[in-house]
Amino acid sequence: MIRAVPAAELAPTTWAHPVRARGLRVRAGRHLAVDGLDLSLGTGVHGLLGPNGAGKTTLMRALATVVRPAGGQLELLGRPVHERDGDLRTVRRAVGYLPQQFGYYPRFTVREFVEYLAWLKEMPKADIPGAAQRAIERTGLTDRADRRLKTLSGGMLRRAGIAQAIVNDPAVLLLDEPTVGLDPEQRLGFRELLRDVGTDSCVVVSTHLVEDVVAACTEVVLLHAGRLAWQGTPEELAAAGAAGHAGDSPAERGYATLLQQHRAERGTDA
Amino acid sequence: MSTHISAGQLARYATGTAGPDDADVWGVEIHLESCPDCRAGLAGRLDPGTAALVDRVGGGLAGALGPAPARRRMPARLHRWLAWTLLPRLAVVIGALTAALTLELLMPEFPSPVLLVAPVAPLAGVAAVWSRRTDPAWELITAAPQSGLLLLLRRTVAVLATLVPVLAVAGGIAGASPALWLLPCLATTAATLALGSRLGVPRAAAVVTGTWIAAVAAPAVLTERLPVVLGAGSWPGWAAATVALAALVWFRAGDFHRLASRY
Repeated sequence: MIRAVPAAELAPTTWAHPVRARGLRVRAGRHLAVDGLDLSLGTGVHGLLGPNGAGKTTLMRALATVVRPAGGQLELLGRPVHERDGDLRTVRRAVGYLPQQFGYYPRFTVREFVEYLAWLKEMPKADIPGAAQRAIERTGLTDRADRRLKTLSGGMLRRAGIAQAIVNDPAVLLLDEPTVGLDPEQRLGFRELLRDVGTDSCVVVSTHLVEDVVAACTEVVLLHAGRLAWQGTPEELAAAGAAGHAGDSPAERGYATLLQQHRAERGTDA
Repeated sequence: MSTHISAGQLARYATGTAGPDDADVWGVEIHLESCPDCRAGLAGRLDPGTAALVDRVGGGLAGALGPAPARRRMPARLHRWLAWTLLPRLAVVIGALTAALTLELLMPEFPSPVLLVAPVAPLAGVAAVWSRRTDPAWELITAAPQSGLLLLLRRTVAVLATLVPVLAVAGGIAGASPALWLLPCLATTAATLALGSRLGVPRAAAVVTGTWIAAVAAPAVLTERLPVVLGAGSWPGWAAATVALAALVWFRAGDFHRLASRY
């Protein structure tokens, strides 16, 4: 289905990077999970890699404006979102978010859920049914659209989660562990969707599957202990791998090498 | 949307003699896409041959596409209020009110149990509308632009709209003045929301309920006398407290925009 393009979408942007963080610090409970992160992300698909506890999920929550940063600056689409009384509505309308723990209402059908989220995202009432149908089709759930969420399998729920995230055609799409529970064929379809969305918006995918990043992302962001360890293209990641390191593919070896280098540098700092 | 197409122009479009150039035709078609009335007008002006063709293609498509997605009888709007989460809590509250009313009818000399229970009756429901534990999609809701004080108020109003008629019936049977159950009820709800901006709504509801029991309900039961705060002349105080607390909630609206770990 062809969508009419409103003039607002064609207006030139007034910011260099859709996502820009300077010295960002975010708390997860009492622990400072993101500690002094400097990051600029442009249009494209960005894969967020890092070991468990590196602060990936906490960073995603801060980007989704769910938690307020404890310090530093965070700008989304050129608007500051780190301030206590900042205007979040405008930014939130342009953000799509799939949390790591995707909570849903079991009695809703897929269509009702996606339409409800579209309503929460303040889409014009007349656009909601069409946008929901389009999002459901793009995630391959057309034949399950009127099934209740509690009857769906884990992979289908994940796809319903992706459908609600893309329903408002977000300029910033945040997906936290989107490929969990997807079978290999669905993952291929999902990568296709990522490449499609990433042509004109900023997509951030948090994952620990290096092969997903290499296949679908235009840029890799490596986090370690709440800081930026490395940022580059998947090709550079693969090239960074030393032969002696653990890993079954060049990208995995690159990941291990870069992480070890970063640990060594931090060790000499301390 | 542009203004409607004139009858003459529509007739010319239907017969294929729309105008001198394509731009006029585009204008008509763009309007037709968004205007059901003009589409209906166009359908009435088709020549018989075209009408038969449209019917044949439309009939074939309707068979091939299958039935339109069925709309469930229960509108999605009802789901919006977390109805399934709230129903059990509201049932418990209504049960408690029924028990209080029974007690009141059996022991008329005892300080009115309905008046003692009514102010904290909505708080069990209010605690559930803005809580990480009771709302599974909480993180998605927090990240949405609609999130914030207005969504919280919508849900709170839904709780009050369910309980106020029940309270009205109980208060009416007990013969209590509406000013003595409705105003304290609104005041405690506003206090919960005001406190909730700092503590989180569920914890605030617990604090307000506990304070009410310790400061008003328990002494009243022990001394067997209705406390001064529920006396006949107390309603201006409750009204003033409600307005002041509501203003405080409005002032603290920014606190409801984010997910805090204490929720």
